[in-house]
Amino acid sequence: MRKMAMLGDAISHAVLPGIVLAFMISGSRDNFSMLIGASLAGLLVTLLIELLHKKIHLQEDASIGISFTWLFAIGVILISAYTEQVDLDQDCVLYGEIAYVPFDLIYFSGGELFFPRATIISGLLFLLTLGFVLVAYKGLKITSFNSDYAKSLGISTLAWHLVFMSMVSITTVLSFEIVGAILIVALLVVPPATAYLLTKRLKQMLLLALIFALLSAIGGYYLAVLLDASIAGAMVSLAGFFFLLALIFSRLRSRSLKVDAYLNE
Amino acid sequence: MNDVWAFFSFSDPTVRIVSLGTVFLAMSASVVGTFAFLRKRALVGDAIAHAILPGIAIAFMLSGTKNPVVLMMGALISGWLATWAMEYITEKTKLSNDTAVALVLSVFFGIGIMLLTHIQHSGSGNQSGLDQYLFGKAAGMTEQDLWTYSVVAVLLLTVVLSLYKELKVYSFNPDFAAVSGLPVKAIRRILNLVTVLAIAIGIQSVGVVLMAALLITPAAAARAWTSSLKIMLILAALIGGISGLSGSLISYLSPAMPTGPWIVMTLSIITLLSLFFAPKRGALSRLLKQRRHSQKILNENLLKVFYKLSVERKLEQVGLSVDQLQAERAINKSDFAAAIRRLKRKNWLLAEGEKLKLSSIGLVEAKRVVRLHRLWEMYLSQRLNLKEDHIHPNAESMEHIISPELEALLLKELDFPTQDPHNSPIPYAN
Amino acid sequence: MQIMENQTALEVHNLTASYQRKPVLWEIDFKVPSGHLIGILGPNGSGKTTLLRNIMNLMEADSGYVKIFGKDLDEVRSRLSYVPQRESVDWNFPASVREVVEMGRYRPGNLLRRLKSSDKQKVKAALEKVGMLAYADRQISELSGGQQQRVFIARSLAQEADIYLMDEPFVGVDAATEEAILSLLSGLRDEGKTVLIVHHDLQSAYQYFDWMILLNTRLIAAGPKEEVFNSTYLREAYGGKLNLLSKLGEIIAREQFPLREPDFKEKEGSGDE
Repeated sequence: MRKMAMLGDAISHAVLPGIVLAFMISGSRDNFSMLIGASLAGLLVTLLIELLHKKIHLQEDASIGISFTWLFAIGVILISAYTEQVDLDQDCVLYGEIAYVPFDLIYFSGGELFFPRATIISGLLFLLTLGFVLVAYKGLKITSFNSDYAKSLGISTLAWHLVFMSMVSITTVLSFEIVGAILIVALLVVPPATAYLLTKRLKQMLLLALIFALLSAIGGYYLAVLLDASIAGAMVSLAGFFFLLALIFSRLRSRSLKVDAYLNE
Repeated sequence: MNDVWAFFSFSDPTVRIVSLGTVFLAMSASVVGTFAFLRKRALVGDAIAHAILPGIAIAFMLSGTKNPVVLMMGALISGWLATWAMEYITEKTKLSNDTAVALVLSVFFGIGIMLLTHIQHSGSGNQSGLDQYLFGKAAGMTEQDLWTYSVVAVLLLTVVLSLYKELKVYSFNPDFAAVSGLPVKAIRRILNLVTVLAIAIGIQSVGVVLMAALLITPAAAARAWTSSLKIMLILAALIGGISGLSGSLISYLSPAMPTGPWIVMTLSIITLLSLFFAPKRGALSRLLKQRRHSQKILNENLLKVFYKLSVERKLEQVGLSVDQLQAERAINKSDFAAAIRRLKRKNWLLAEGEKLKLSSIGLVEAKRVVRLHRLWEMYLSQRLNLKEDHIHPNAESMEHIISPELEALLLKELDFPTQDPHNSPIPYAN
Repeated sequence: MQIMENQTALEVHNLTASYQRKPVLWEIDFKVPSGHLIGILGPNGSGKTTLLRNIMNLMEADSGYVKIFGKDLDEVRSRLSYVPQRESVDWNFPASVREVVEMGRYRPGNLLRRLKSSDKQKVKAALEKVGMLAYADRQISELSGGQQQRVFIARSLAQEADIYLMDEPFVGVDAATEEAILSLLSGLRDEGKTVLIVHHDLQSAYQYFDWMILLNTRLIAAGPKEEVFNSTYLREAYGGKLNLLSKLGEIIAREQFPLREPDFKEKEGSGDE
C-alpha cells in the first residue's frame, strides 16, 4: 500500500556486497555477521539513493536503479576476486536453497529439542512482524492513507516511515538465507496484491495475504519436489498463479457487475 | 602494460569479438535506455530484464538447442509479455504502477528460476551455461553472436533515428503527443519492443540483474551534461560504449574478473563523477554558484553601508575605518575582511592609509544597489499594496537579484520615481 | 476553550514560499479575525493551496511567519483542523467510513493505544452531523464524491477544533451536499469558530462567505466581503500574473538565489538600509 515495492527489490539486491564483506571478514557463514553486513549495505544503499535524489536532484527511479546495480556489481566483483576464500555461491545468494535448512540445527537445553536454525529465525521474525502490525496498526493506517493529514495532527510521518522501512529491511535481511534476494520481493508484494484484488477491507486483506502466502509456500515446496526445481522459484511461481486467478476473478466480477447495471437500467 | 597494448591492437580475434560485441550491446542499451530514463521508467527496464528468464528457459526446453537466435526469440516473447502484463495490471486494476512492476519482475523471474533449476537438475547435457544469462558471460561470445548483436544494434539505431521526432515528443509529454494526433499507442508499442530487444541482447554481457544499469546509468550521466536530446543520446551511447570497452579490457587483463560487473562499475563511476562535476547541472557547479551568490550579496551590502555613511551622512571626504563599518552592519569578521578585499580588487574601494573610501566606479555600483532596493520598495508598496513597514526585508533580498533588464522594466512600470515609500531619495546614475 | 470576539485567529506575515525553487507566494501579509467564514479566492496557480500548506507547516516558507491565536503552530495544533483536497487521497484504500473519521481522534500520543469510548462517541456525533451515520461501515471506495467530502468533513469535526482550513471542499460535489456542508460550516461560524476555505468558484463566493482573501501570487485584498468583492480588485486578481514578478521568479529559480540572507533578522517597524 505504501508503493515502495521497488525499493524493497533494490535493497535486496544491494545487500550482496555487505554479505560478501561480512563473510570475508568473519570467515564464516554465521548468520549474525551476515545480518550486520546486510544491514550496513542496506543502510548504505538507502543513503546513496537519498544522496542522489535529494542532494543531486536525480530522479527517483534512476537514483534507485543506479545505486543498487552499482552495489550489486561490487558484490559480484568481490565474489569473483576472492573465489578461493569465499564459499558463497552466486546462485545460492540469489535464490537460496531451502533444502539445506533441515541440516542446520540448533540444540536447546538438554539437547533433546532441536529445530532447524532457520525455522527459529523465521518463527521469531513472524512473531515480530505480527506484533509490529498489531501495535502499529493505527499509525500505519493513517500515514499510508493521508500523510498530509497525519502531519497536520502533529504525527511524525518521518518517524513512521523509518520504522516501517526498518521492518522491511529486517524482514528482507533475515529472509535472505531462506529465499534469497530477489524472491523476497515476490513474497513482499504478490500475496498482498492478490488479496487487494479480492477485498476492500484492510483486516480481510491482511488475512487473505497471509493465507495466500502460506498456500504458496506449502504448495510451492511440493511443486519443487515434483519438478526437481528451486523451491523458492516454485513458491513464487505459485504465488503468481494465485495472483492470476484473482485477476481473472476480479475482471469477471467487474464485468458481470457492469452487465447487471446495464440490465437494471 | 604490454597486455593493455595487446588488447588495443585488436590482433586477438577473441578480443575483437568480445569488445566489439560488448560495445554494440552497451550502446544499443544506452540509446534505448535514454527514453526509458526520460519517461521515468528506469525500473521497468529492470523488470523486463528479469522477466526474460522464463522465455529463455522455455525456448530451450522446446527447441532443445542453445542457438542464440532461438533463445532470443523466447526472451523477446517473454519480455514482451511482461511489458504487456505491467500495463494491463496498472490500467485495469486498482494496483499502482510500482506494485505492477515489482510483481511482474519477481513472478516472472521466479518462474524462470524454477524452470532453470528444473532444467539443470534434469540432467540433459546441453543445459550448462544457461545460467550465464543471470550474470552475463561476455567472454563466451562467438563470432556468430557478434553478427547477431550487430544486426540488432543497427536495427535499433535505425528505428530510433527514423522515429526520432515522434519519440522525442512522446517521451517529454505523452499527453501533448496524443492531442497532436500522434499515434501514441503505436509509438509506445514500438518503444517497448525496441526496449525489450535491447535488453534481450544486452543480457549477454551483463546478465539479468545488472541490465537496468546499462539502460539507465548512461542516460543519467548524459543528462548532467546537456539538455538537448540529440546530444544526450550521443553522449549516452558514447559512455555506454566506453564502459563496455573497459569492462572487456579489465576482464582481459584479469581473467578471474567478470566483464558484466566491471562494465557497470565503470558506468557508475563515470556517472557519479558526471553528476558531481558536470558544469551547470552538476552538484559542484551548483555549490560554486551558491558561493558566488553569497559573495555578491556581501559585496553589495557592504557597498550600501559605504553609501549610507559617506554620501548620506556626508562623511565622504574623510574616509571610513573598518570599525565604523562594522558598527553599521553586523557581519562576521572573516567574511567582512574577504569582502573588503574583493571590493578593493574590483577597484570599487580605495584605501587611504587605515581608512577606506568608495572609488567613483564604486559609487556608481553602490548607487545601483541602493536604487534597486528603493525602486523595489516602491513596487511592493504600489503593486502589492504592502505597508511601509513590511517592504524592507523583501527588498533586501531582491536588490541583489534584479537584473539590468528587469531594472529597465521596473523603471518604466513605476515611471521613474524620485523617492521610495520612506521618502528617501532614489539615486540615479547621474 | 474560550473564543473571544474579534480575536486575531490567524496572522500571516511577509510570507514568501516557493514551489520547485520558484516563488509562488510573494510577501503575503494579512490578519484574520475569529468567528468568520472566510473564502480564499484566486485563479488557478495563484498559490491558494500553497498558502494553506504553509499555514499547516506542511512545507517550509522562504521567509515570513504564521501565527495562530498569536502562537506558533506547534503550540496550538490541537485547535486547528486541516481538510486536504479530496483528490489528494486514494479512495481505493481499504478502509471504512468510520475508520477514516476515527483518524480525526488520532494524536501522536494515542497512536499505539485503542480509542477511548468518548472518542468513539465523538466520531458517531460527527458522522451524524454530516448525515453519514448510516454509512459508517461502508467501504470508502463505494462512496460518491459528495459522500467522500462529507466523510472528510466529519473527520475534521471529530477533531473539535477552533479553526478549520479546507482546500476546495465544494469541488465535484452534488448540490444537496454543498448546501448541507455550507449550513454546517455556517453553524460553526455562529459558534465562534473560524473557517477558512480555498474556494474555486467566484459566483458562489459572495453568497457563501462573509470575509474574503483575494490572491494572485501576491495579496490583492483581504477583508469583509463588501470591501473586497469589487471590480477593481477582482480584475487585478483574475487579470493575469504580474509580469515583473514572473520574470523575477524565473531568475530566482534558474540562479537559485537565496530568498533571505542567512544573517538577516526579521525587523519590525520602518525599514531603511
